[in-house]
Amino acid sequence: MRAAAIFSRALAALPARAIEPVMRGAQNILGIKRMPWVFLFPNLAAVLFFSLLPVFINIFYSATGSDRLYPADRPYVGAANYETLFECGSYLDPSTCSRDLFWRALGNTLIFVPVQVAAMIGIALFTAICLNRDIRGRGFFRGIFFFPVMLSPVVVALTWQWILQRNGALNGLLTALGLTPVNWLVFPNSAFFWSVFVTVWAHMGFFTIILLAGLQSIPRDVYEAAKMDAANPWRVFTRITLPMLKPTLLVVFILCVIRSVQTFDELYVLTGGGPGSATILIVQYIYEIGFAIQPRNFGLAAAASLLLGAVLLVFTLIQLRLARGKSYD
Amino acid sequence: MKLTAILSSTAFGLVMTATAHAQEVTIYCDDIGFGCKTMAPVAERFNEEHPGKTVKLETVSYQTVVEALPVQLESGEGPDAAIITDLGGLSRYYVDLTPYVDAANFEKEFGQTLQWLRGTDGKSKAINGMPTSLTVNGAYVNLTLFEQAGVPVPEEGATWDEWAEAARKVAEATNTEFPMEMDRSGHRFASFAISHGAELVDEEGNPVVDDGLHAAIDKFVEWHKNGTMPLDLWGAVGGSTHRELFEDFLNANVVFYFGGSWTLSRMDTEVGDLFEWAVVDTPCGPSSCTAMPGGGALVGFKHTPNPELVGEYIDYVAQPENYKEIIAAAVEIPAATSLIEEGVDYPTASERTQVALRTFMDQIPKMAPAAYRFQGWRYQRAMMNALTTRISQVINDELTAEAALERIRQDVELAIQAAEAK
Amino acid sequence: MTELTARTAQSSILQFLTRRRGRVRADWTDWLTYAYLFLGLAVMFAPVLWVVLSSFKAPVNLAEFPPTFLPYAAETVTVEGFDEPLSLYEVITEDGETRQLAQIRRVGLNAQMIDPANPEAGRLVVPVADAKPVRSILFTWQNYARLLSASGSDLWLFVYNSLFITIVATAITVIMNSMAAFALSKYRFKGNTLALIAILMTLMIPPTVVLVPIYLIVAQLGLVGNLWGVILPTVATPTGVFLLRQYMLTIPDELIEAARMDHASEWRIYWRIILPLSAPALAVVAIFSILSRWNDFLLPLVVLNRREVFTLQLALASFQDENQIHYDQLLAMTTLTALPLAFAFIFLQRYIASGIASTGIK
Repeated sequence: MRAAAIFSRALAALPARAIEPVMRGAQNILGIKRMPWVFLFPNLAAVLFFSLLPVFINIFYSATGSDRLYPADRPYVGAANYETLFECGSYLDPSTCSRDLFWRALGNTLIFVPVQVAAMIGIALFTAICLNRDIRGRGFFRGIFFFPVMLSPVVVALTWQWILQRNGALNGLLTALGLTPVNWLVFPNSAFFWSVFVTVWAHMGFFTIILLAGLQSIPRDVYEAAKMDAANPWRVFTRITLPMLKPTLLVVFILCVIRSVQTFDELYVLTGGGPGSATILIVQYIYEIGFAIQPRNFGLAAAASLLLGAVLLVFTLIQLRLARGKSYD
Repeated sequence: MKLTAILSSTAFGLVMTATAHAQEVTIYCDDIGFGCKTMAPVAERFNEEHPGKTVKLETVSYQTVVEALPVQLESGEGPDAAIITDLGGLSRYYVDLTPYVDAANFEKEFGQTLQWLRGTDGKSKAINGMPTSLTVNGAYVNLTLFEQAGVPVPEEGATWDEWAEAARKVAEATNTEFPMEMDRSGHRFASFAISHGAELVDEEGNPVVDDGLHAAIDKFVEWHKNGTMPLDLWGAVGGSTHRELFEDFLNANVVFYFGGSWTLSRMDTEVGDLFEWAVVDTPCGPSSCTAMPGGGALVGFKHTPNPELVGEYIDYVAQPENYKEIIAAAVEIPAATSLIEEGVDYPTASERTQVALRTFMDQIPKMAPAAYRFQGWRYQRAMMNALTTRISQVINDELTAEAALERIRQDVELAIQAAEAK
Repeated sequence: MTELTARTAQSSILQFLTRRRGRVRADWTDWLTYAYLFLGLAVMFAPVLWVVLSSFKAPVNLAEFPPTFLPYAAETVTVEGFDEPLSLYEVITEDGETRQLAQIRRVGLNAQMIDPANPEAGRLVVPVADAKPVRSILFTWQNYARLLSASGSDLWLFVYNSLFITIVATAITVIMNSMAAFALSKYRFKGNTLALIAILMTLMIPPTVVLVPIYLIVAQLGLVGNLWGVILPTVATPTGVFLLRQYMLTIPDELIEAARMDHASEWRIYWRIILPLSAPALAVVAIFSILSRWNDFLLPLVVLNRREVFTLQLALASFQDENQIHYDQLLAMTTLTALPLAFAFIFLQRYIASGIASTGIK
C-alpha cells in the first residue's frame, strides 16, 4: 500500500515539479540538438537492459556448459552446444540427428508460420470487411471477435483442450448430431489443424481491429464512385480495397509473422507438441530444454535460440527490403 | 534521472518492509495431499508453542516448485524450506540440519530418503530434511466391470500380459471404451520397464538402455497399436508434458488404470458407490513385480538465515504424533519405517480406501533394487523426460524402438554432460 | 393473438436486419455478411459461454459425457430412516410404468431403490439401465466458493498486486514509449533510424527465450520477489513505440515550430502539445499493455516468489498440480480473471477501433 501511495504521489508531482526543470536544465546544457536522445534515453535504457543484454547473456550461455545460472560459474565449452545441435547421421534426414526434436521443431515452425499467417490474415481481412459494412449490431460483433484476445493463453488452451478431448464438447455435439466422434488431438494432421485453428481463434481479433482501422481510413467517395460504375463486389475488393489497404496489410503481415514464430503458450498447454512431435514449435523446444526439463541445459537452449534468431534475422531483412521497395514505388 | 531514483527508492521500500520480521521462515508447499493444507494445523501449533518464531506456509503451484524454485535457488533466492519432489536433483542447495534435529531418529525412520537427498555424494552423512509421504505407483481396477463380464480378476502374481488379456476381455464384454490406461509419466513407465528387467541406471549413475527396456517399449507400443491402451495419453501428448486421465477410471471408461496412491483420496468423494473398485497388486514382468516408490521431501535450503528454526520445525513435523496427524489428514502412506510397520488410522477414509492403502503398502517390500536406485538418481528426471518424449515418438512412428533407445541414452548423457561440464 | 405477435416480431427482426442507411432492401452480400457474422458469433463466443456456464457445474456434472450445456444437479429427496438425502431416479418398471424412486445404493448393474412416497413398501432392486436420474438446472457456486476459500483473505492482496503491476507498468510504458516516439518522429538527428531499428528488432525476441537471462538481471538488481521485478523488464514495448511514432508523424510540425517561437521547452512541447494530441494512440497502447500485463504468467512465476507478491494468475494457477487439472476450479478461475477484462473491454472497445483507426498504420 505504501508503495502505491508513494508512486501515485510521485506520478502526480513528477511532470510538473521534477521532470520539467530537469529536462529544461538538460536542454540548456545539451542544446536542442541532443534533446531527442534525452527523450529516447528511458526507453533505450530499458531496451538495452532487458532486451539486448539478455541476448548477449544468451550468446555467452551458448558458449558455456553446466546448469549453473551465474556466468562466472559456467565453464567455457566453445562450439560444443552448436555441434550437439548439428550432430546428425545424415543432414538430409532430421530424424538421424541426435537432437532430432530441434530440427523437427524448426521444420514444424516453417510449416506452421506460413499456414497460420495465411489463415490469420485471410480470415481477419474477411471479418474486417464484414464488420466495415453498414450493418446492424456492428459494435456488438466487433466485441465478439475481439473478445478472445483478452483471454490469457493458458485459459485459451485449456478451454480448447477441454472442448477437443475425447469426451469433450465437440464430440458431444457430434454425437448429438448422430456423427462419429473423432479423437481430435490424437492424429498428427488434425492436431496440427487445431493448433492453427486455436491460435487463429485467439489472435485474429487483434489483426481484425487493425485491418478494420485501415479499411475505415479508405475514403467513402471512392466506393461511391465504384457504385456509380456498378462494379461488382469482387472488382471493388481487388481494384480498390486491396491496393488502398496495402500499407496496413504490410504491418499486419510483419506483426503476424513475428507472433506466429513466437507461438508457444497455447500449444504447449494444448498439445504439448504432440502427438509425438507433430506440433512442437521451436520456442517450445527452447523452453523445454532450457527451463522445463531438469537438469536445465541453458547452453543448448541459448544456442538453439541464437540459431532461431539468425533465421529470423534473414527473414526480417528480406521483409525490410520488400517494405522499402513498396513504400517508395 | 530523478524518475529512476524515485522508482528504485520505492522498490527498496518494498524490499525493506518484506524483510522486516526476525526469526521467520517461509516454506513452499502445494495444496495436494501432504502439503500446506494438511500441514497447517501442525504449523499453527508450532508457532503457538514457540513464541517469537514463525513458520509461514506458502501455498504455491506445482509448476512453481518444479520450474521456478530451482532457478530461484540457483540465484540464492527462494524460500527457507520447501516440499520438493526432485530429491536428488536439488541436492546442492540443501542445508545440513544435523545439529537441529534428532539425528539418530531421522536416520532410523527416514534412512532411504536421507540417502536420496544426499544426491551423488555417497559419503555424506548430512540430514537435509525429511520425507513427506511415500507414494507408490499402482493399478486401480474396476471390479464391477469384471463381475459383469464374468471374467475372473487376476490373482496376486499375475503378469502384465495376463492383466492386459483380462482387461481386453472385460472391455469387450462390457463395451467399455478402453482396457488399460497409464499416466503419461516416465515414473509410471519405469515400474513397467523395471519389472521387464530394465536397469535404467547403473551403480555408477550412468544411464542403461538394455533389452529389458527394449522389451518393455515394444510391448507398450504394441498395446497402443492394438487398442489395449488409448492414444490420448502417450500418443497424443508430446514432449515431456505430464498428463493423467484418471477421470476415465472415475467415470468407468477404463477397466485398469495404472496411476498411484495419491489419487486414492478422490475415490471416496468422486466414485462413492457408483462401482466396486480395488487397488490390486502390481502386475509382474519377467523380472519382478515392482512398483516405483515416490514422494516428496521437506527440505531446508542453504541460503536460509535461520537454519535452526527450519531444523526445529522439521524435527517437530517428524514427531510421530504430528506426522501421523498430517498423514491421516492427507490419506497418504507414511514414509517413516516404524509407521509403515505399525500402520496409521485414517478416520476420514472409507473401508474400501483403507484396504487400498494397505494394498499399496504391501507393494513396498516387493520393490526391486533398481526401482530404489532409479528413484534416488540425480538424473532421474532427465531419464523420465526422455522416456515420455521418445516413447511417444515411437507410438507415432517417428522413431523405431532401437532408435528410441539410442536417443534415450543420448538425451540422458547429454543432460549429465551439460550439468557436469567443468 | 400470439401468432400475430410472433409474426410482427419476426418481421421486425427481419426489418431490423435488412434496414440499412440510405437503402431499404438488402442485397445478397448483406445476407452473406450476416451469415458469416453469426457463424463467427457461434465459433468465437460459444466456447467462452460454455466455459462460463460450466464454471457453475458441480464436478460430477463436469465429468459427464456427453457434456451438458447447462449446469444440472441431481434432485435429492429425504426419506425417513436415511440420514443422507437420496438421489431421485426415474424408473421404468416392468409393466411399462414410470415411477420416481430414490436410490439407496448401487451395486454393479443393479441399484437398490425405495419409493419416497411409500417407504414402508420396502426396498426394490432395479437394473441401472432402466433408471434415469431426475435432474434440474442448478447453478452452483461451489467452485467459486472453494476457489475463494482456498485463496482466503489473501485474494484482495492478489487483486491488488495484479492491479498494481498492470497500472504502473502501463503508465510507465505509455510515458516511456511516447517519449521515445516523440524523439523518433519529430526530430531529424543522426542515429534516428538506428535507434528505431534497435527498438523494433526487439520485437523478434521471443520473451520465453530470454526468460533465464532476464531473471538473472532481475536477481542482480535485487528485485526478485518484488513487483518491480516484473514491471521493469516489460515496459519497453516495441509495438508501443512503433504505433505512437506512426501516429505522431501525422501531427503537423507547424504546431511545434509555433511553440518553439513562444520559447516553450522541448519537454513542454511533448507534455503539453504532443501527448494530448496523441490520446487515441495512447489509449491503444494502454489497452494492449493492460491486456498483456494482466495475463502475464511466466516471468511472474519465476520472479514473484512470495505469496504476498503473487498476482491473481499465479495464485489461481495453484489449481493445476502434477497429477491433475482441477477443471472445476480452473473454470471458475477463468471466469473470474477474465471478468475484469470483459468489463474493461465494454468500456474501452470503442477507443480500440477508433484509436487504431487514427494511428498512422493506414
